[in-house]
Amino acid sequence: MSPTEPSNAPQGNSGLVLSARDLAKAFGSNVVLRGIDIDVRRGQVVALIGPSGSGKTTVLRSLNGLEVPDAGTVTFGDADAGTVRGSGAGLTLDFAGPVGKREIAALRDRSAMVFQHYNLFPHMTVLKNIIEGPLQVQKRPRAEVVEEAERLLARVGLADKRDAYPFELSGGQQQRVGIVRALALKPQLLLFDEPTSALDPELVGEVLGVIKELADEGWTMVIVTHELAFARQVADEVIFMDGGVVVERGPAAEVLREPREERTKQFVKRLQHDV
Amino acid sequence: MTFNWDLVWSSFGPIIGGAVTGTIPLTLASFAIGLALALLVALLRLSPNRLLSAVARFYVSVIRGTPLLVQLFVIFYGLPSLGVKLEPWPSAIIAFSLNVGGYAAEVIRAAILSVPKGQWEAGHTIGMSRPQTLVRIILPQAARVSVPPLSNTFISLVKDTSLASLILVTELFRNAQQIAAFSQEFMILYLESALVYWVICLVLSTGQSALERRLDRYVAH
Repeated sequence: MSPTEPSNAPQGNSGLVLSARDLAKAFGSNVVLRGIDIDVRRGQVVALIGPSGSGKTTVLRSLNGLEVPDAGTVTFGDADAGTVRGSGAGLTLDFAGPVGKREIAALRDRSAMVFQHYNLFPHMTVLKNIIEGPLQVQKRPRAEVVEEAERLLARVGLADKRDAYPFELSGGQQQRVGIVRALALKPQLLLFDEPTSALDPELVGEVLGVIKELADEGWTMVIVTHELAFARQVADEVIFMDGGVVVERGPAAEVLREPREERTKQFVKRLQHDV
Repeated sequence: MTFNWDLVWSSFGPIIGGAVTGTIPLTLASFAIGLALALLVALLRLSPNRLLSAVARFYVSVIRGTPLLVQLFVIFYGLPSLGVKLEPWPSAIIAFSLNVGGYAAEVIRAAILSVPKGQWEAGHTIGMSRPQTLVRIILPQAARVSVPPLSNTFISLVKDTSLASLILVTELFRNAQQIAAFSQEFMILYLESALVYWVICLVLSTGQSALERRLDRYVAH
């Protein structure tokens, strides 16, 4: 796969962590993505919002290779974007052609996903959940990885849950472990797939609080969410999707407070009524 | 007719001896090989490659669709006509392993499928390859699910090994048969062998419960 420059890339794309172009995807006859573009700069928080079935989760999953688009490109970082993981070199996957395991692995290397249903490994303790990737995949030294995991656990207020199994934790605690598991991989980009949708209302705050802190610390994130108030608070950019296309995008305050498009207006109004 | 207590006591030795040197090693060897085979067949069955999957399905169908005794006889009495002469022990181990392989493959396949898709995805998102995710994330969870059905397979196997007496393997039941033929005390000998099989299976059931408790430690009760 030869690196290709996205045709409409901004000039001098330094600081661009991710750039996806023309992502298209159909499940059988059901077309879910009809040409999606996304740019994410270092330290930027992008919120993907939209009604269910709009394709926002598919976009997110495509960025992590959990879904393989039928067409489009995903380009990861320029050389100086490397906050962390060794290979700072850029990576471009062109989904129009066949994409191999190695390319998908390289894509996953650069991001980490936080799932709606946490997806913690039930047969491992909290600590083992967190160190599994750094230890087994990244082959980092155990002492360093454990120390890092303990530090991160303390940060999200779960230092004492180190040796607990996931079933012993509340949903909010499990999701905080899910976030720590993603952080421990030191990804360039954090992906959140409706991180609070499965939580009881009283537990939502503790998880959003952690994500907010990460945003303030400068982590680069793409978040699929239904929490508009939260999106307004943490997101730099909001992308509103419907029917597999981007309907509207712009600074969070603008899109959520004064949407230009009719569909966005209706969506924002409906969700705010619900809240 | 007086009850022959001497025979009861004196025959326990050879019967238990047959269990220790025949039934138990035959069961353990066949189960171990059969389980490895079953894992392979289950993975073939789940493979996206249609040919491999069809081969696995055919194998399971043949094993489950024919009597174990017939499988045993084909291997021991049938193969020599194709020039393949096997001793009783290897014949028995091959037949029982193939049999366990067929039954346990379906158990393992179902257990793997019972692990939620999100576990595969979580494995992938921390950078694991499919084989790595299978070994470290999926199989440990599938193992827990498959302990009860595999224990059934194991306990059935203990009793099924008595069929090996029909291809001249010296094990528990063949020893009992020989003493019975000699002494003409069929009831005593056959009840004794039944008792020994039962005790072995009781011990195994206890082991099963212990294993389930151990594997259940990470599941909400």
